[in-house]
Amino acid sequence: MNKKVSSLLFEIKEGLIISLRAIAANKGRSALTTLGIVIGIWAVVTMSTALKGIDIAFQNGVSSLGSDNLYIDKWAWFNPDTPWWELRNRRNISMDDYYRYKELAKLPIATAPSTFTRKTVKFRDNIVESMFITATTSDYIKTTNLDFSDGRFFTDMESKGGRNVIVLGSAIAEQLFPFGGAVGNYVDVGGRKMKVVGVLQKQGSWVMGDFNPDNQGYIPIEFLFKNFASRRKSITINVRAPNSQMVEAVKEEAIGVMRRVRGLTYNEKNDFSINQQEGILSQINKTVSVIQIGGFFITGLSLFVGAIGIMNIMFVSVKERTREIGIRKAIGAKKRTILGQFISEASIICLFGGLIGLVFAVITGMIINQWLPTSIQFDAVVLAILISLATGIISGFAPAYQASKLDPVDALRYE
Amino acid sequence: MENIISIEHIARIYQVGLEEVHALADVSLKINRNDYVAIMGPSGSGKSTLMNIIGCLDTPSRGIYLFEKENVSQMNDNQLAEIRNQKIGFVFQTFNLLPRSTALHNVELPLIYAGLPKSVRLERAYEALEKVGLADRVDHKPNELSGGQRQRVAIARALVTQPSIILADEPTGNLDSKTGNDIMALFEELHETGNTIILVTHEEEIAQHAQRIIRLRDGLIESNEIVKERTLVGNNE
Ligand SMILES: Nc1ncnc2c1ncn2[C@@H]1O[C@H](COP(=O)(O)OP(=O)(O)OP(=O)(O)O)[C@@H](O)[C@H]1O
Ligand SMILES: [Mg+2]
Repeated sequence: MNKKVSSLLFEIKEGLIISLRAIAANKGRSALTTLGIVIGIWAVVTMSTALKGIDIAFQNGVSSLGSDNLYIDKWAWFNPDTPWWELRNRRNISMDDYYRYKELAKLPIATAPSTFTRKTVKFRDNIVESMFITATTSDYIKTTNLDFSDGRFFTDMESKGGRNVIVLGSAIAEQLFPFGGAVGNYVDVGGRKMKVVGVLQKQGSWVMGDFNPDNQGYIPIEFLFKNFASRRKSITINVRAPNSQMVEAVKEEAIGVMRRVRGLTYNEKNDFSINQQEGILSQINKTVSVIQIGGFFITGLSLFVGAIGIMNIMFVSVKERTREIGIRKAIGAKKRTILGQFISEASIICLFGGLIGLVFAVITGMIINQWLPTSIQFDAVVLAILISLATGIISGFAPAYQASKLDPVDALRYE
Repeated sequence: MENIISIEHIARIYQVGLEEVHALADVSLKINRNDYVAIMGPSGSGKSTLMNIIGCLDTPSRGIYLFEKENVSQMNDNQLAEIRNQKIGFVFQTFNLLPRSTALHNVELPLIYAGLPKSVRLERAYEALEKVGLADRVDHKPNELSGGQRQRVAIARALVTQPSIILADEPTGNLDSKTGNDIMALFEELHETGNTIILVTHEEEIAQHAQRIIRLRDGLIESNEIVKERTLVGNNE
């Protein structure tokens, strides 16, 4: 090894040991000083973990419903441009509209009408109040990525005939049949007996709320019209594109076909909306980035406060240890040795703080993990360490520089 | 005799407000290897100022200072730090030990700055502590030691780098006369084994241990005389 490099390494190593001794001599204060950094690092890592978790959860939720899907609806999910009363005044989308669209649209690989209702569902003593029910046709399953843990979706025959059959989401099935064996049993749905033909596999995403397949039941739309709702109720047309590249084409076609189906002339506006999951995603991303900006602002602030605290304490420390600095200089410490000593003291304190913050973040991450599919990200750990080191170096520099500049005679005379 | 220190017409001037304080007005002197010199003079006469300049802690406002033939007046901070580290051993009136470090670490410290590996450092630090009679106190911190023992640690620290010269600014000033005598015996021993020593003191009896006494007054050398009848502690016992 080059002599210069090895003597530099020696200096760094001895400098670190000296700094560690000094920190150990002031444990209490060092610990207090580092609190700001602990909080800052804890916040930044926890937040990035939580955001990552939210992101994954939404992705999971959305993809279980099919990410290449379009939803033709009277209502626009995200449309600030069209006033709500204009949406309300649109004609309902009827089953006839659906059949004609299905006939004319060539691109989709699957289409299904759907509408929603809420009914209380009972099996013996087990009750689920106002369960969210999707009423649809047998084709619906082809527009989703849903899997079954038991049984099947309702058949074309059951669908067209409006038979009293129901498919349950996993959470619903668990509540009604804690010991399993749902398929084949009859449940009471808003006063009607319906036979359970299938139970869906658990999706495990809370983010979609009511829309989460876990918390739903699925019944034939014809059954809904016969028992619970008017045939004039507006429906949503679920459309699945063959792949994500085709989504735009399917959308274009859907607009054309729907204009024809609805008999619109060239100068009339669309009286329907084509909704997309992407709308949800971009909405989520917007929310996430707002949280992110706010969070990083808070984190930055607490790190800043932490850094100021460290700087302050280091200034006090330099003042208090003026004599020590004088002694060190008198027996041969160079300017850069003193500079390095105080910078590395500040850095080590910050690094300790960062590591403690990281430990807290890991614990918080485990707690968050109960609701969100997430764990501490490796890059967040690296970032945390770098941030705490950088904070130490930046906040330690000015005090260290002051210390290194002290005149040895004055410093030795200092009381 | 080999010359170590050669000072020619140096002055040290402090600017206090509008007034100039001539801590040293015009001082010339030479110190040879294995000299044992005492510097005396009333308070404020410039003794400490002269010691700080000799010890390269401070630089003269004018004049020439040659240390082992090298011109110190023109050195930068790093070079001065190296000279202090390798050529000079300081002993202060107030000991100036690192309060939270053990005797061993205090003595080891100059060797760390000299860049020596740990094994060599420890060996030499033990040796130095042994020489001052503190082999059984290496793990004590300064506040666990008596004043005399602290000054011994400081002397061990000054010795450990095997410097060209040992500078002691009132080393017995904070000690009772018995302990002070022990310290003087130690200096005598160091002198006999070849060390060069400059000692600042207020006390005539202490100064009588040296070979030569330089008397300062108002920043000037008043006299520079050989001591005719040296007090030798070793002979008394
Ligand atoms: N940093 C300074 N600024 C201004 N004047 C100073 C400074 N240091 C020393 N002096 C002045 O220089 C003169 C010599 O001081 P010095 O400390 O050398 O005296 P001394 O002989 O060591 O005295 P004592 O026996 O009291 O230790 C004094 O008048 C003192 O006031
Ligand atoms: Mg003095």
